[in-house]
Amino acid sequence: MSIAATTAREVTERLATGRSKDRGVGSMVFLGLLWFSLFFGVVVLLALIVSTVIKGAPRFDGELLTNYTSVVRPETAGFRAGILGSLWLMLFTALLAVPLGIAAALYLQEFADSDRPWNRFVEVNLQNLAAVPSIVYGLLAVAVMALLGFDRTGIVLGGALALALLILPVIIITTREAVRAVPREMRDGSLALGATVWQTTWKQTLPSAIPGIATGTILGLSRAIGEAAPLVVVGLASSVTFDPAGMLSQITALPMQIYSLTSQSREELRQAASAAIIVLLVMVLGLNALAIFIRNKFQRSW
Amino acid sequence: MKETSDMATPPATATTGATPVTNAHLGSLADVSSGAERHLPVVPESPVMEARDLNVFYGGFHAVHDVNLPYGRNEITAMIGPSGCGKSTVLRCLNRMNDLVTSARVEGQVLYHDQDIYAKGVDPIAVRTHIGMVFQKPNPFPKSIYDNIAYGPRVTGMKVDTMDDLVEEALRGAALWDEVKDKLKQSAYGLSGGQQQRLCIARTIATKPDVILMDEPCSALDPIATARVEDLMMTLRDDYTIIVVTHNMQQAARVSDRTAFFTARPDETTGNRTGLLVEFDLTTKIFSNPSDKRTEDYISGRFG
Ligand SMILES: Nc1ncnc2c1ncn2[C@@H]1O[C@H](COP(=O)(O)OP(=O)(O)OP(=O)(O)O)[C@@H](O)[C@H]1O
Ligand SMILES: [Mg+2]
Repeated sequence: MSIAATTAREVTERLATGRSKDRGVGSMVFLGLLWFSLFFGVVVLLALIVSTVIKGAPRFDGELLTNYTSVVRPETAGFRAGILGSLWLMLFTALLAVPLGIAAALYLQEFADSDRPWNRFVEVNLQNLAAVPSIVYGLLAVAVMALLGFDRTGIVLGGALALALLILPVIIITTREAVRAVPREMRDGSLALGATVWQTTWKQTLPSAIPGIATGTILGLSRAIGEAAPLVVVGLASSVTFDPAGMLSQITALPMQIYSLTSQSREELRQAASAAIIVLLVMVLGLNALAIFIRNKFQRSW
Repeated sequence: MKETSDMATPPATATTGATPVTNAHLGSLADVSSGAERHLPVVPESPVMEARDLNVFYGGFHAVHDVNLPYGRNEITAMIGPSGCGKSTVLRCLNRMNDLVTSARVEGQVLYHDQDIYAKGVDPIAVRTHIGMVFQKPNPFPKSIYDNIAYGPRVTGMKVDTMDDLVEEALRGAALWDEVKDKLKQSAYGLSGGQQQRLCIARTIATKPDVILMDEPCSALDPIATARVEDLMMTLRDDYTIIVVTHNMQQAARVSDRTAFFTARPDETTGNRTGLLVEFDLTTKIFSNPSDKRTEDYISGRFG
């Protein structure tokens, strides 16, 4: 028998022992623990959602979306002001944060010399900024609004500013990832044709990165839409009885309304709050679904 | 092009390594050289481009040492040599693509029609519109075939009568028109690798350059696609000056008029391998009767 055949057989025997190091007792216990943690998390979440749905079920009606909140007639209380307020906040948050975030990310990724200490300082602190508690951004927004001379509190602009500051680091980080993923060859191809760095960034790099940027932005917004703390600090009311009419109009937001109603003693109001939670969840899940859709639809392989 | 089928297989001597140079082998390489049929002066007369005492550094690393190399008009110049000897580096200096590498520093001159493109006040963007580049990996833009071609003329603000005509002309020039004329609005990503590479060549000639630089343009292509690109190169030679880096010695022998052989020599003190030009001559001469031992060793597969 040739040497090659002997070795081959030995290898086969070693591979075919039927025992796997992945199946030891330690591994199995660890695997079990992992499964349990996952199971536990999912079950708790499911229980929460189911109990909220059951509590809010009697209030899944049109009035929930079209009426204003009323203490006088709690059984038909609606969240028109909160839903519209949240949508307006999202719109202005996006308008403030997206251009700024993309510009900052493009600067850092395409133009800044990352060896300069200043740029490195900014880079390191972006990660830190993403971890700052949201309430701090509320305080920052209050200060900025005061500096800018707006004396009315609880307006769209103030809330949007707080939320924009909150999601700015997330947008910058995800945009940088998306821009970084655009292959070097694409930029080289454009530059070699006589395009400037600016043209290359604007016409090649940025369009190619848009799916990634959109995904990041939407995930950022879906975080912002559920925030109450910074909005409390900015002075948003927990209830208003008119629709938002402009950047300076006073509004409320869905999380603010939920927060204030869950602590009410009237059963009808708590019921309404449960229903509102489901509305908010649907909005957040909708945004996340949109992000996933965009990511899959425009996913590119280079 | 009856040689296409064995193009991907290296010369037999390259695989066995120690086989001595046989004149028959070198002769066969020289036979297919297109330079053989052309009667060219021993040195290029009035070169379109010329590197003079070109030195390139990446940070403290001396990558290329004192390269002096003229590139003749309407000729194909091949740059060959072992990996890491600085061929791409030299090539990227010729249209200032190395400016984009922050650590890169260039000393010496690169003349383009007697103008030093590294002189103060020369706009690298303008340089690149005269000296186009095709890369190793086909890199079409994620746009339609039409927009890929129109991109260069658009960004450089080129005066064009009708873009449609320019696109057709460029695609015809790259021998791609017949294959894509019915799907100009479709994504360039739907093309095969070889078609993509010819699209990249079409995209480059759409900006009407003078010189086309190619860095291993066929290394990602199969033999048939390679043959088509090589045919194209030889057609383009009538209108353009082509400078090509290649690892495929048969390719260099087949398409090029002149060949420059580079190698890397370790520095005595630092041990860094600095690239240098060993020999530059007519391709027929390099492949049949090289004057330098290192060239002979390399092309016969005893080195690198
Ligand atoms: N951007 C860069 N930064 C630092 N060093 C570099 C850079 N590009 C190339 N080098 C170095 O310069 C030397 C020459 O590289 P170059 O790419 O020009 O070689 P090459 O001859 O084209 O090799 P290959 O045949 O593998 O493409 C190598 O040692 C390489 O490591
Ligand atoms: Mg190279």
